[in-house]
Amino acid sequence: MINNNTVNKVETEATTDQKMDRKDRYDVRELNHGRRVIDFLRFGFIAFIISMILVVVSFVAMFTKGFNLGQDFTGGTTVEITVTKAVNLDDIRDSLRSAGYHEPIVQYYGSSKDIMIRLPLIKQDTTNAATAVDNTLGVIIADLMHKHIDPNAAIKRVEFVGPTVGAELAQDGILAICAALICILIYIAFRFEWRFGTGAVVALAHDVVITAGYLSIFDRELDLTIIAAMLSIIGYSLNDTIVVFDRIRENFRKIRRASPYDVINISLTQTLHRTLMTSGTTLAVVVILYIFGGSMLKGFSETLGVGILLGTVSSIYVAAYMSLKLGIKREYFIPKKVEAEGADQPSILR
Amino acid sequence: MLVVVICVGLLYALPNIYGEDPAIQISGSRGAEVTVATQDKVKKLLDDNQINAKSLVFENNSILIRVGDNDTQLKAKELIATMLGENYVVALNLAPATPAWLSVLGAEPMKLGLDLRGGVHFLMEVDMTTALNKLVDQSVENLKVELTNSKLPYSSIAKEGNQQIALQFSNTDERNMALTKIKGLQDFKLVSQANNSFIVTISEQRLQQAKTDAVQQNTTILRNRVNQLGVAEPIVQRQGADRIVVELPGIQDTALAKRILGATATLEFRQVNEEGSANLAAIVNGQSRVPYGSEIQYMTNGRPVLLYKRTVLTGDHITDSSFRANEYGQPEVSITLDNAGGKTMLDFTQKNLKKPMATLFVEYKDSGKQDESGKPILEKHEEVINVATIQGIFSDRFQVTGISNIDEAKNLSLLLRAGALIAPIQIIEERTVGPSMGQENITQGLESCVWGLLVSVIFMLLMYRLFGLFASLALVANLILIVGAMSLLPGATLSMPGIAGIVLTVGMAVDANVLINERIKEELSNGRNVQLAISEGYAGAWSSIFDANLTTLITAVILYAVGTGSIKGFAITLGIGIVTSMFTSIVGTRALANLVYGGRRVNKLSI
Repeated sequence: MINNNTVNKVETEATTDQKMDRKDRYDVRELNHGRRVIDFLRFGFIAFIISMILVVVSFVAMFTKGFNLGQDFTGGTTVEITVTKAVNLDDIRDSLRSAGYHEPIVQYYGSSKDIMIRLPLIKQDTTNAATAVDNTLGVIIADLMHKHIDPNAAIKRVEFVGPTVGAELAQDGILAICAALICILIYIAFRFEWRFGTGAVVALAHDVVITAGYLSIFDRELDLTIIAAMLSIIGYSLNDTIVVFDRIRENFRKIRRASPYDVINISLTQTLHRTLMTSGTTLAVVVILYIFGGSMLKGFSETLGVGILLGTVSSIYVAAYMSLKLGIKREYFIPKKVEAEGADQPSILR
Repeated sequence: MLVVVICVGLLYALPNIYGEDPAIQISGSRGAEVTVATQDKVKKLLDDNQINAKSLVFENNSILIRVGDNDTQLKAKELIATMLGENYVVALNLAPATPAWLSVLGAEPMKLGLDLRGGVHFLMEVDMTTALNKLVDQSVENLKVELTNSKLPYSSIAKEGNQQIALQFSNTDERNMALTKIKGLQDFKLVSQANNSFIVTISEQRLQQAKTDAVQQNTTILRNRVNQLGVAEPIVQRQGADRIVVELPGIQDTALAKRILGATATLEFRQVNEEGSANLAAIVNGQSRVPYGSEIQYMTNGRPVLLYKRTVLTGDHITDSSFRANEYGQPEVSITLDNAGGKTMLDFTQKNLKKPMATLFVEYKDSGKQDESGKPILEKHEEVINVATIQGIFSDRFQVTGISNIDEAKNLSLLLRAGALIAPIQIIEERTVGPSMGQENITQGLESCVWGLLVSVIFMLLMYRLFGLFASLALVANLILIVGAMSLLPGATLSMPGIAGIVLTVGMAVDANVLINERIKEELSNGRNVQLAISEGYAGAWSSIFDANLTTLITAVILYAVGTGSIKGFAITLGIGIVTSMFTSIVGTRALANLVYGGRRVNKLSI
C-alpha cells in the first residue's frame, strides 16, 4: 500500500512537471496536425515497473520452478497411435507396466481415439533390464499395443531422442537466441542510435524472458518449435519497435520545437493504428494456427501469441520509455551533413 | 516486370496443384543394369496380369511406372520384385503428375518433408572411441612393421591407456635410432622419453583424418544399405563432426530399417590353428589350455573353431563382393580387395597354401546398458561365418567356395560387402511419421493457410477498402511466389513448421501495407492532394518496412544457421516469405494503385 502511494506520487510529479513545461511554449495537438495526442508516457513509469516485476517473477519462476522440458531436450520415446475404438488409458498403462516400463505417460491428444504414449529416458537400472531405454522401444510399444489394446491401432508417429542430442539442442537453442539478440543490437545501433539500440534489445529481452516465465509458470512443455517461436517473437517484437523508432526519428527531424517526451507521444499516437492492425492480423493468424495447426503447432502458436501481445506493449512501454529515460534528444538525429553545410556558409558569404 | 515475376512464380507454383501419382521405380544394383529388355519384360508382366500402367518410362538407368491407385501399386510391386529378383531395387514412389509442358521448363512440385509425407528419420552417431581405439591398435602393428622393415630392433611395442603407444628398447642407441625414424613419420607425436623407452601418441592431423574417414565410410556404407531397402528418395547425409542423418520417406517398417541400418559390423580374416585343433574338444571342455596366441570362436551352427588371434586382414580392405553359382552349380562368393589388402593376401597365401582360413564377423550391438554419460555401451559379438581352405596363391581377387547353399552365399556376400565398417554407429534419434499423420498435417496446414489468408483479407478490406483489395491481391501473389520459390529452390523442403512460417508470413506481410495505407491516410488528412499522398505514403513507409523486414530476415538466417530439421524448414519459408512479401506489398500494390488512380485527377481515395 505504502509502496504504491509513493510510486503514484513520483509519477504525478513527473508528469505535472512535463505538462507545465509544455504549456509554456506550445500546444502538443498543433504539432500533430491538430489531432489528439495520446499521452502514452504518462503511464510509462507504472508500465515499466509492472514490466520489471513480471521480468523478476519470470526469472524467479525459471530458476525455482524450471521448465517442463520436452522430449527434444531430455531424450526419450514418444509413440502416437490412433485406435479404432475407444480404449481406457489405464489399460494401456497396465499393459506397459506389465511389460516393465514404469513411468509411462499416457494421454489423449486431439480426440479420444488419438493416444500419446511417452517414456522418459531412464538411467540404467541394473536390476531391471526392461527399464533400459534403447532405440527399439518405439517398435516394442507398437507391438504391445497391437497385442493388448487394439490390433488395428495405427501408429502415427514414433520419436526417439537420445540423451546427448537433447543436451546439444538445448545449448544450440540458447546460443541462437543470444546470437539473434547481439546481431540485432549491432544492427539497430548502426541504423539508429545506441540509446534506441539498448531500448530495443531490453524490450526484446523483456519479451523473451516473460514468455519464458509464462512457459515455466504454466508448465508448458518446451520443445524445438518453442525455440523457433521465441526467435520469431524477437523478430516480431523488433519489427514493432522499429516502426515506432522510425517514426520517432522522423518526428525528431520534422518537429523542431517539441520536447522528446512529446515527440515520442506524438510518434506513438501516429503509429498506434498501425500497431493495432498488424498485431491484430498476426494474432488472428496465430489463433488460426492454434486451432487448425494440429498437435505439432499448438505450443508454437500459444508461445507466439503470448509473445506478440508482449511485443506490442513492450515496444511502447519498454523500448520507447527506456530510450527517453536514457536521454534521447533531437540533436542525435540531425544528420551530420547539415551541420557541415552550415559550417560552410560563412566562408561563402565572405 | 511485376507481371513477369508473378507469371514466373505462378508457372513454377503450378505443378503443386497437380498432385502425385503412385508409382514404382526400378533401378539396378550390384552390377545389374536396367535396360530396354528389362523394360519390355516388365511391360509384358504387367500386361499379363492385367495391370494398367498410366505410363512406363525408361530414363537415367531406371524405370518409372505410374499406376492409378495404391492397391495396384502394391500388387505391381510384388509382381515385379518377384520377377526381377534381388539384383534390382523395386521401390514404391510417388511421381509428380506434372504435365509434360511444365516439366520441360524444369517446374516441379515442392519437396515435402517427412512430417508431411510420412517416413522415418534417423540420426546416427559414429562411435569415435571405438574407431580411435582401433586406430591405435592398427598403429601399433604399423610401428612394428615399420621398425622391422628398417631393421631397427625393439623389445616391445604396446598400447597404453589414453591412446598412447609405449616403445621399449634394450639400450639407448636403439632407442635413438627408432626415435629418429618415428619422428620422420607424420602420424606420430612424441609424448615423453626415458632411458630405454619412449611414448608416442597419434598426431592431431592423423586423428582428424581418421575421424573424417570413419564418418565418410559409414555414410557410404549406410547409403549402400539404404539402397537395399528399396526406398525411393532416401537421404544419407553427414551432419556435424560425427553424425549421419538418414531419412527414408515412405518407409513404415522401422524394425526392418533398423535391423539393416543398425547392424554395425566388421570382418576379419584369421588363420585357423590346425595343430591346436587336434584336441579342440578338450580345450572347449576346459580340460586343456587354449594354445598361446589363439582363441576359440564359434560358428553360426555352434561348432567351435580354434583361431589365431592375429588378424590376417580386416574387412575394410574389401572393396566388393558378389555371389553366384559356378560352373558346377556350387554357390560361391567372390571377393575383391584393395591394393594393400591384395599384397597382404598374396604374402599370406604364399606361406599358407592348403591351410584353412576363417572369416570372423564382428558385430557391435547395443547392449541396452549405458555408461555414466548416458551413452549406450556397445557389446562385441563375434561369430565365424565361414572356414575355407586356401586352394591357390591369390592377391586382390578370390572366391570362397564350400558354401552349403545359394542363400548362404547371398548372405555371406551381403555381410562381406557391408562388413567394412571401421567404426560402429548407433541411432541416437529417431522420428517416424505415419502416412495418415502426414496427410493430416497437410490438410491442417492448408486449412490454416486458407483461414489465415481469409482473416487477413477481411481485415484489410474492412479497414482500407480499395487499398485493402490491393493488399489482399498482393497477399495472394505473395503466397504464389513463396510456393513458386519453394518449388524452384533445390534445397528447400516444405515441412509442418514451414507451413507455420508461411501462415505467419501471411499475417505479417500485411504489415507493410498497413504502414503504407496508414501513411497515405495521414498525408490525406494533412491536406495533401491524392497523388502526392500516395507517393508520400509509399516513400515515408519505406524505411520502416525495410528495417523491420531486414531484422526479421536476420532472425530467419540465424534460425537457419543454428537450427536443425524442422526449425530449418520454418526459417526457409519465413525468409522467402519476407523477401517476396516486400516485393508484392510495395511494388505490387503500388502498381495497382497507379493503374487505378494514376495519370488522372482524383479527389477521393477509397482507403
